[in-house]
Amino acid sequence: MDINLTLIGQTIAMIVFVWFCMKFIWPPILTAIEERQKQIEDGLAAADRGEEKLVKAQAEAAEIIEEARRQATTILNQANSRANEIVAEGKASGAKERERQLAAASAEIEQEANRAREELRGQVSAVALAGAEKILNREIDAKAHQDILGKLAQEL
Amino acid sequence: MASEGGHGPQTSSDYISHHLQNLQVCKADSGEWVWNQCAGNPMAINVDSMFWSVILGVFFVVLFRLVANKTSKDKPGKWQAFVEIVVEFVNNSVKDTFHGKSRLIAPLGLTIFVWVFLMNLMDLVPVDWIPEFAKRVLGIEYMKVVPSTDVNITFGMSIAVFVLILFYTIKNKGVTGLIGELTLHPIAPPTKGLGLIAAPVIIAFNFILESVALLAKPVSLSLRLFGNMFAGELIFILIAIMFSGGLLMGTGAGILHLGWAIFHVLIITLQAFIFMMLTIVYLSLASESH
Repeated sequence: MDINLTLIGQTIAMIVFVWFCMKFIWPPILTAIEERQKQIEDGLAAADRGEEKLVKAQAEAAEIIEEARRQATTILNQANSRANEIVAEGKASGAKERERQLAAASAEIEQEANRAREELRGQVSAVALAGAEKILNREIDAKAHQDILGKLAQEL
Repeated sequence: MASEGGHGPQTSSDYISHHLQNLQVCKADSGEWVWNQCAGNPMAINVDSMFWSVILGVFFVVLFRLVANKTSKDKPGKWQAFVEIVVEFVNNSVKDTFHGKSRLIAPLGLTIFVWVFLMNLMDLVPVDWIPEFAKRVLGIEYMKVVPSTDVNITFGMSIAVFVLILFYTIKNKGVTGLIGELTLHPIAPPTKGLGLIAAPVIIAFNFILESVALLAKPVSLSLRLFGNMFAGELIFILIAIMFSGGLLMGTGAGILHLGWAIFHVLIITLQAFIFMMLTIVYLSLASESH
């Protein structure tokens, strides 16, 4: 338990170890620690940024979807009204066409009827003429008259 | 064991004093180098304390240097993780206490912490293992394996710290600052009027007080560590004596030994931490103006 030279020896040993530690141990280890701390910090910051971006992107996506839905609704409504319009238009023009065709058809029918009547009149007069001719030809024979008149009547 | 060993100590007190005896070498009056006849010789060297303290210091330095050599930022191994935990622990302690810039303080703290811890850790090696091995195999009579139970070792370290305290005080406050610190506190001497007559007395009073306070730093630093470790070692030795006292005593001693060892794990870590922390505190006090 006496104080002796060991004290000086220990002091020298301590100086050597502390010097070595200061020179060759502390700096590389602390550098490694600080580098890793920085890396972790950066990583966490990047993760935060990523999360922020994700939230923003999600909000953006939701907005876009909402907008698209709105547009789709608008388009659908427009299409519906357009379709209704077209149908209405079609109905109207159909009715008009029908009327037009009806008018044309009835006009044609009338025309046709007139023509037929005209023709018939011509034919009747021709028949009458022919009848009269025949009657005149066979005036002598009453019987024959009768005959011809019957035929005429039949023809009429 | 106390009763074993052909030329070993026989009684309990012999056993204890044998365990507390350093392996010493010194130059005798006759001019020859002699072993173990150095009581009271100030030029003696405690070979066992020096050997174990240097071996443990080298162990610390090599282990940490190996890790420092291949530090990897991305894939730290287990050893690296362990070393980094210790380094960060010390670094945080230094940062919390020492606010100046110094390249020395943190490595100093790390060296003190790990080295003192390793020296204290030798206390947990059963007290007879290494001394008996040294005696029977190597033929070495005395072997004290816990360097921090040698007052020379603890004083050796605290004196280095003391020199650093003076160095930092002078570096940051100048020689006048050191003298001022020693003489102008805690009672400020009057600078004018009749009080001037009392000034020398007050300065002398301050000087005595402050010198004692300054010297108490290294003394308390080393004696605290020494006292704790010495007492712990002594209790291990006392428990070890019980092992030779029959089955009942032996069993009791085993339980006691286990309990004390577990408690001692706390003490050795705490003492290493206190030594480091106080060193940092003293040095930060030395480099800060209040």
